[in-house]
Amino acid sequence: MSELTTKTAAELARLVAAGETSAVEVAQAHLDRIAAVDDRVRAFLHVDTEGALAAATAVDVRRAAGETLPPLAGVPVALKDVLTTKGVPTTCGSKILEGWRPPYDATIVERLRAAGLVILGKTNMDEFAMGSSTEYSAYGPTRNPWDLGRIPGGSGGGSAASLAAYEAPLAIGSDTGGSIRQPGAVTGTVGAKPTYGGTSRYGLIAFSSSLDTPGPCARTVADTALLHAIVAGHDPRDSTSIPVPVPDVVAAARQGASGDLSGVRIGLVKEFGGEGAEPGVMGAFRDAVDTFAKLGAEIVEVSCPHFEYALPAYYLIAPSECSSNLARFDGVRFGLRKGDDGVRSLEEVMSITRDAGFGPEVKRRIILGTYALSSGYYDAYYGQAQKVRTLITRDFTAAFANADVVVSPTTPFVAFPFGSRTTDPYQMYLADLFTIPSNLYGGPAVSVPCGLSEGLPVGLQIMAPTLADDRMYRVAAALETVIGSLTPPVLAAA
Amino acid sequence: MSAISRAEVAHLARLARLDVTDEELDMFSGQLDVILSSIARISEVAAADIPPTSHSVPLENVFRDDVVVPGLSRQEALAGAPDTAEDRFRVPRILDEE
Repeated sequence: MSELTTKTAAELARLVAAGETSAVEVAQAHLDRIAAVDDRVRAFLHVDTEGALAAATAVDVRRAAGETLPPLAGVPVALKDVLTTKGVPTTCGSKILEGWRPPYDATIVERLRAAGLVILGKTNMDEFAMGSSTEYSAYGPTRNPWDLGRIPGGSGGGSAASLAAYEAPLAIGSDTGGSIRQPGAVTGTVGAKPTYGGTSRYGLIAFSSSLDTPGPCARTVADTALLHAIVAGHDPRDSTSIPVPVPDVVAAARQGASGDLSGVRIGLVKEFGGEGAEPGVMGAFRDAVDTFAKLGAEIVEVSCPHFEYALPAYYLIAPSECSSNLARFDGVRFGLRKGDDGVRSLEEVMSITRDAGFGPEVKRRIILGTYALSSGYYDAYYGQAQKVRTLITRDFTAAFANADVVVSPTTPFVAFPFGSRTTDPYQMYLADLFTIPSNLYGGPAVSVPCGLSEGLPVGLQIMAPTLADDRMYRVAAALETVIGSLTPPVLAAA
Repeated sequence: MSAISRAEVAHLARLARLDVTDEELDMFSGQLDVILSSIARISEVAAADIPPTSHSVPLENVFRDDVVVPGLSRQEALAGAPDTAEDRFRVPRILDEE
C-alpha cells in the first residue's frame, strides 16, 4: 500500500501544493488501493477512474502554471451515491435508478470540483438512505474494515468504510437520522452533520426534506473541518439554505487541538443514562467524559425529558416525507420502467415498476408514511410528531442555556454482525436512538472516536446549538488529542 | 389487537402505487404492526397547546430576483427517460379503452 493513502487530507494538500508529489500520483495511489481491497470492502458502487485522473491532471496543470491552489486541491474524495454527478451513474443504492446518469451536478459536487478536489467515485448506501447497516442497499452490503463480518453502519456505510480502508482520505455523507454519525462511530472515523440548512440539498436525492443534511467525513477532526468549510454555505438553489456566513470550523478545530477546554461547559443528558446501550460503549463514553474534565471542561447535567419520544416522532415524520418525495419515481422521466406491454395502464405500469424497483425497507417506509398522513390518522400521528418536534427543540434550547455542547454515545452498540437486525426492522431503528434528536432540532452534531469496546470502535457524539458548528469541532479536536485517531487494522492487498 | 391489519396494508400499498405480492403483504403487515405499536406511545405526550414544527429553520417567503439562467436542454431532460416519442416523455395509456 502506498503511504500516500495513510496521510491526512491536510498533509496531501500540502505535498501537492509544494510539488513534493503530484495530484495524479495521489489519485493513482488511492485508485490502486481501491483496486486492491474493494472486492472485499465493497465501499464503492462506481469508481470514476477516468474522471478522477482528469481532475487530478487539471490540478497539476494549475500548479505548474503558478496558480495558488485552494486549501484541499488535489485531495481525493469519495461521494455517497445520494448526490447527483453529471454524467456519472447515480443510484442512491436503488434498482429504480440503476444506470441513471444525472444531467447535472449537486451544489456540493460543484463546490468540490471548483476547489480542485478529486472525486474517486460513488459510495454504497442503504437504499434511499434508509437504514443503519448498508444491508438495505440493492447492490449488497459494504463490509466494515475492522471486521469484514460486521456492518459498516448506515446509511452512509460506503463513505465511512472507504475512509477506514484507506481508499479515500475524505468522503461526503448525508444525515437524516444519523447516517453520517453512526457509520463514523462504528468504523472509528469522524463524521459531521452540519446545522440543517448549512449545507445545500440541491442535487441531494430527497428522503426526508425537513431533516436531510449532507456533510463531511474524514479520519481526523481537522480534515473534517477543512472539508466542511468547502462544502458549506448558502445556496440560492435550496430554499431552506441559511443565508448567513459559515462559522470558522477550521479555526475551531485548530483551537481544540491545543487540548485546552477551559471555560467550556459540556452537558450530559440525564435521560441518556445508559439504558439500551452496551456496557462497553457506556464505559468508553464515561472515560471520554473524564478526559473532558481533565482537559479543563466543566461537566454539567442537563435534562431533556422529551428525547425519549424522538425515535417515535422521527419514524412518523421521516416516512411521511419519504412517501411524498419518492412519488417522483414513477417510471416516466428517469429510471426504471417495468411491465409496459402496450396494454397495461399508466397506473398499473407505475405500480409494477415501483414494486420491482424499491426494496423492502423503502416499501415499509412508504406504506408507514402513507398511513401516518392519511385522513383520520394525520392529527394523531404526523401532527402529534410535529408537536413533539417542538418540545425536543425546547429541550435543546434549555440544555444550551446551561451547556455549550451536549454529549452522548453516538450509537448504542458497536458494529453488529450482518443479519442480526434485519428480521425485526425496529431493532435496526434503535441504532439511531441518540442521533435522531439533533436532526429533529436541526443543530449540528459530530461523531468522533472515543475508544474501543471488544476491539471495535466506539463513537462519541457532540451536539451544538444551531449555527454553532464551530463549537463541536473545538471539543472533538480536543478529545482527539488524547484518543488519537483510531487506526483500523490495515487490510492487506489481496 | 393489532395496530394495523393486512387489509389496511394492502389498501395503503394501492394508494402508494406499490404492486406488492402476497408474501410481501404478510411480511409487511406483521412488521408494520410491531413498528406502529412501538411508536404509538407518541400519543402519551401532552401537546395539545404546542405549535407544530415543520422545519427547524424558520425561513419564510424565500425570494430571488427573476433572472433567466440556462436550464436543461430538451435532449438532456429526456436523456434519462425509459421511453420517449416525438421529443416527449412517452407514457402508457392513461384512459380506459371503453
